[in-house]
Amino acid sequence: MKKFISRFYITIIFIFLYAPIATLIVLSFNKSKTRAKWGGFTTKWYVELFENEIILEALQNTLLLALLSALIATVIGTAACIAINQMNKAWRTFFMGVTNIPMLNADIVTGISLMLLYLSFGMSFGFSTILLAHITFNIPYVILSVMPKMKQLNKHTYEAALDLGAGPVYAFFKVVFPDLLPGIFTGFLMAFTMSLDDFIITHFTKGPGVDTLSTKIYTEVKKGIKPEMYALSTIIFVVVLALLLFINKSPSKKDNAQKRI
Amino acid sequence: MKSKRSLLAGPYLFWSIAFIIIPLVMVFYYGFINENGAFTLENIAAIATPEHSKALWISIRLSLISTVICFLLAYPLAMILSSMSVNQNQFIVLVFILPMWMNFLLRTLAWQTLLEKNGVINMILNFFSLPSLNIINTEAAIILGMVYNFLPFMVLPIYNSLARLDRDVINAAHDLGANWVQTFCRIIFPLSIPGVVSGVTMVFVPALTTFVISAILGGSKILLIGNVIEQEFTQASNWNLGSGLSIVLMIFIILSMIISAILDKDGEGTLL
Amino acid sequence: MSNKLINLSGINKSFDGTMVLDDLNLYIRENEFLTLLGPSGCGKTTTLRIIGGFETPDSGKVFFNGEDITTLPPNKRQLNTVFQKYALFTHMTIAENIAFGLKIKNKSKSYIDDKIKYALKLVNLDGYEKRMPHQLSGGQQQRIAIARAIVNEPKVLLLDEPLGALDLKLRQDMQYELIRLKNELGITFVYVTHDQEEALTMSDTIVVMNQGYIQQIGTPEVIYNEPENAFVADFIGDSNIIDAIMVKDELVSFLGCKWACVDKDFGNNKPVDVVIRPEDIILKEAGTGTLDGEVTHVIFKGVHYEMEVMAGGYEWLVHSTSMFTVGQKVSISVDPFNIQIMNKPESEDEEAAHIEE
Repeated sequence: MKKFISRFYITIIFIFLYAPIATLIVLSFNKSKTRAKWGGFTTKWYVELFENEIILEALQNTLLLALLSALIATVIGTAACIAINQMNKAWRTFFMGVTNIPMLNADIVTGISLMLLYLSFGMSFGFSTILLAHITFNIPYVILSVMPKMKQLNKHTYEAALDLGAGPVYAFFKVVFPDLLPGIFTGFLMAFTMSLDDFIITHFTKGPGVDTLSTKIYTEVKKGIKPEMYALSTIIFVVVLALLLFINKSPSKKDNAQKRI
Repeated sequence: MKSKRSLLAGPYLFWSIAFIIIPLVMVFYYGFINENGAFTLENIAAIATPEHSKALWISIRLSLISTVICFLLAYPLAMILSSMSVNQNQFIVLVFILPMWMNFLLRTLAWQTLLEKNGVINMILNFFSLPSLNIINTEAAIILGMVYNFLPFMVLPIYNSLARLDRDVINAAHDLGANWVQTFCRIIFPLSIPGVVSGVTMVFVPALTTFVISAILGGSKILLIGNVIEQEFTQASNWNLGSGLSIVLMIFIILSMIISAILDKDGEGTLL
Repeated sequence: MSNKLINLSGINKSFDGTMVLDDLNLYIRENEFLTLLGPSGCGKTTTLRIIGGFETPDSGKVFFNGEDITTLPPNKRQLNTVFQKYALFTHMTIAENIAFGLKIKNKSKSYIDDKIKYALKLVNLDGYEKRMPHQLSGGQQQRIAIARAIVNEPKVLLLDEPLGALDLKLRQDMQYELIRLKNELGITFVYVTHDQEEALTMSDTIVVMNQGYIQQIGTPEVIYNEPENAFVADFIGDSNIIDAIMVKDELVSFLGCKWACVDKDFGNNKPVDVVIRPEDIILKEAGTGTLDGEVTHVIFKGVHYEMEVMAGGYEWLVHSTSMFTVGQKVSISVDPFNIQIMNKPESEDEEAAHIEE
């Protein structure tokens, strides 16, 4: 009985979370251009998607931004972690405090604060201003993913490497870095996701003519969304789903194998 | 050696000063001057005008309601998830994060389609001869949008704090004579408070400051404080007023941070 | 003999298709210090958790004072548990931790206060009421976990490897502490450990378990001196376990020699295992004992020398207070009393046989 209620509850929440996604997927196959009525099944939006240069450009911008900002943030963030970890308490508190500001502050405030910065320094709004903003809010995700791994590190393995004659840089990359790698990878992935999903900060830091998928959709909200957008988001969703299933399947197999032994 | 390693923090030090601290200082600078660059408190005081205070009041009300709803929905969910076997719950947790990968504007927009007069939900309701639901462009629709978008931010930290609970601590409570309700009230819930607190701030802050959900699901009739600030920057180009209102907004954010810091002394609650 | 307080009858338990306990039968007497001893995965902790009510057996019954408590939830049982990693409530003070069970039972404030004082005194931590668990050392937390359990005046205290997380010195101190506590409280202790020394030091009765079966039940002396099978002999202390043939009563043959022993009734020319404790081996000058060999290793261990002697194709472990040098030719002899004969396990069921005293 208890199990039944649990399953029922999970199902309800599941429907709540996935109803809009199902709607979007259905709409991507809707012949009618308006959201309001079903005009029959079609796959033409998927074909037109690849001819719609505006959407493709927005997609390209989005992916490029996510990739670049996540990469740069990962490098800056990981380097900072290595340094922060051996600093005294005052500096550490300062850095961790600063790191928490973009995490805890409202996106709208982060967005307008960067907008004011760019305005005051007369920077021209465009791809680079968005990139700078994305790196800014991505670094904290990297730091918060790497820092715990840094704390778990066994200090002695590094010292052992030095003791065995390795130079500091060699010892770091051979001994410390592999232990940090899972944290760095998580940080990169989170940064990538956050950048991909961001609308608010991009909205305030973008220039005219440069659009990401999010800002493109926002401007279309009032006029009506192009059905190609539904097609694109369906594709993205399916790709992510497939990736997650793949990642989720592989370690569980290993678990089973270990159990059998 | 040590000082050499500290240099690695250099880029981040520069970055955080240039792109985190200075921009925040600019918000305060613009917030406290008028168009001619003279010091003024007008931009802050502007929150008291009926138009702005109404928007702020609605924002606080709606975000509080959706935070409470999120909590009520998320806690049982997190409990169910944490009681599942490890392999199963990893998958299910992923299932609850997966929606976050679909563009949140589109997901919110889909609710329009679902909620419309002739939308899917009303079609189902009509099919069962139930009265139709007309909540699109109302506060209820905005609350629904907030709950929908921010629910995972409540589930994950609570789930994490529950999953971290030592089974034997719960067993110990049973062992000492506590029944299920007593164990929940005295042990499980108190120990999950860090998760609850971080969940509450992670829902409350974005809900309080959103302008997107209200723009999509509230029509143009309902203005939240986020909408007002956004308009000052993108349409009215009154940065001073926008900054002033942002400072007021930040006071509320800081307030909720302080409350959460007091409740979660050890900083245990995390999303990660 | 005092009466049987807990009786486990025909207990089966498996997890995900893996058999953990197979038809386990065991009784625990009142005021007994009983230790469940075995390697990890032997089912000792599962047995304890079934007694505590945290697991329900797939089949079989648990009786407490003659009453069937198999499905009774833990909060209704008259016993308390000290958990492996203490399981203190980290959000409560020490006093609140100790008071937890008493508050649930709606005891009066003065009663609870007295009990807290009494319990803290008992575990030598007077004055710690206001502290938080994380301010205490591991050993202190362990004492609080014990105090929290005993204020409820349980008939039985279940202890699940309570000393496992402590360092050696502390563990030894706590062993004496536990014996003292048990004597002062006059209740039954059921103790789970994989540490044979702990079991031998503290127990009235030791239950040696392996792979879900009880291997032997007995007093520490019996378990040590007369192991019933090779597993028990090997698990309890260092042993020389050698394949042998029981030629006839009081004569056993192994490693190509005939040895006098005191065991009877094994039958003639039957394969058996022989157990000889390293301290029971007498080394003499070559040619004067039963079996000649050569010393291959010597380590000084403080109270004795630990040596390995190659003799008859077997590497003997020998403890002796006199020193021999590596390469020295020696001869081994063993007092007939110290040759322990064991049946070879024929089936697992036989290993699990419960020997009544």
